[in-house]
Amino acid sequence: MKRIVRSTLETTINLVFFAAIGTAILATTYYLTRDTIAATIEAAKLKLISQLLPPDSYDNDIMRDTLTLAPDELLGTDELSLAHVARRNGDPVAVVLEVVAREGYSGNIQMVLAIRSDGALSGVRVISHKETPGLGDYIDIAKSDWIRAFEGKARGNDADWKVKKDGGQFDTMTGATITPRAIVKASHLALQYFDAHRDQLLPPIKGGKP
Amino acid sequence: MNWSEFKAIAYNGLWKQNPGLVQLLGLCPLLAVSNSLVNALSLGLATTLVVTLSNATIAPVRSYVPNEIRIPVFVLIIAVLVTVVQYLMNAYLYDLYLVLGIFVPLIVTNCIVLARAESFASKNPALPSAVDGLMMGLGLTAVLATLGGMREIIGKGTLLSGINLVFGESAKAWVIHVIPDYHGFLLAILPPGAFIGLGLIIASKNWLNLRAERKARNQPAPAALPEAARG
Repeated sequence: MKRIVRSTLETTINLVFFAAIGTAILATTYYLTRDTIAATIEAAKLKLISQLLPPDSYDNDIMRDTLTLAPDELLGTDELSLAHVARRNGDPVAVVLEVVAREGYSGNIQMVLAIRSDGALSGVRVISHKETPGLGDYIDIAKSDWIRAFEGKARGNDADWKVKKDGGQFDTMTGATITPRAIVKASHLALQYFDAHRDQLLPPIKGGKP
Repeated sequence: MNWSEFKAIAYNGLWKQNPGLVQLLGLCPLLAVSNSLVNALSLGLATTLVVTLSNATIAPVRSYVPNEIRIPVFVLIIAVLVTVVQYLMNAYLYDLYLVLGIFVPLIVTNCIVLARAESFASKNPALPSAVDGLMMGLGLTAVLATLGGMREIIGKGTLLSGINLVFGESAKAWVIHVIPDYHGFLLAILPPGAFIGLGLIIASKNWLNLRAERKARNQPAPAALPEAARG
């Protein structure tokens, strides 16, 4: 009996020892790479935003000027999402929203879009999707310029917010209409969200008054 | 470690016991990520790094690990190494990290890593173990790269697309359009293309082996290859 207890204890201590060393190595690596990782992620996001909004159209620190938005049907989000407010001389000129298109061919499509203060889209980009490679993936700017068709489009007539096949204004490519349909719908819903929450999304002063 | 031992380990890893063609270990990333040469090569090299490091770490500590808990300890060491590689990729190769996504952390569960720890590093000194890890990794990388290249040429008509994820925007010019104005062959990019491609590669390897055997039978036998360091 005593022997079993002893060998169990020894084994446990051994395992704990290895776990402790492993944890120490991980903690050190985390500590050393933490700032670089944060900077890389921020740079990547800023690069994405610069595709949506001309960088000279705003002059604030857009990464710090953020709003946290509650999950919303119109945004397609199930979790809190982050919005970035672009300002020029303190006045809001545009807002960048995270949007999920729920009706993709294979699952949700993550998008970001920028809406100008005049209610028109400044740009739309797909961040991640699982659409069929070579068919539905032309929504990705890396594959085609299709997504640029949204630039400058305002809400206008609701009937226009469809793909051409359904009587709307947006082109599609043969063989893949479900994917663009999802993007058009999600963008349309985002514009409706913008109209409903305009004052909240374009707060007059940074951080908002109490 | 002498030269013949080195040669035997290298021959085992790269050809005879090739993890992608013979042991058929670690097929999940092999099939999922090999849709382009750059993706395949990157994941192959990340795996190579992990196998080499894990073998080199496990071999010197092997005598301190009680037999009953050797698997948990090996898994622990492998998981730590993979997470370190993941942090480094996240920090310095962010775009590539996004493309490879879940398959980087999944290297932990790639059985080739644990298999080499268990069957080689737990019985051999550090240096041969590291060489074994390196050779096994390179063997897997070679298969991945061949499969990735095949699928990319047939599926998209290009080679090296996505190289800009590794070397920055300026590398976009390196992309080779093997077949100009190609409309793509979807099957090669989708998972079935990976199975068919891998099957063809395995068949060619077996064919080469058979041919070599036949040749050897017709000629006076050369010196037998050393069987030491078998995995």
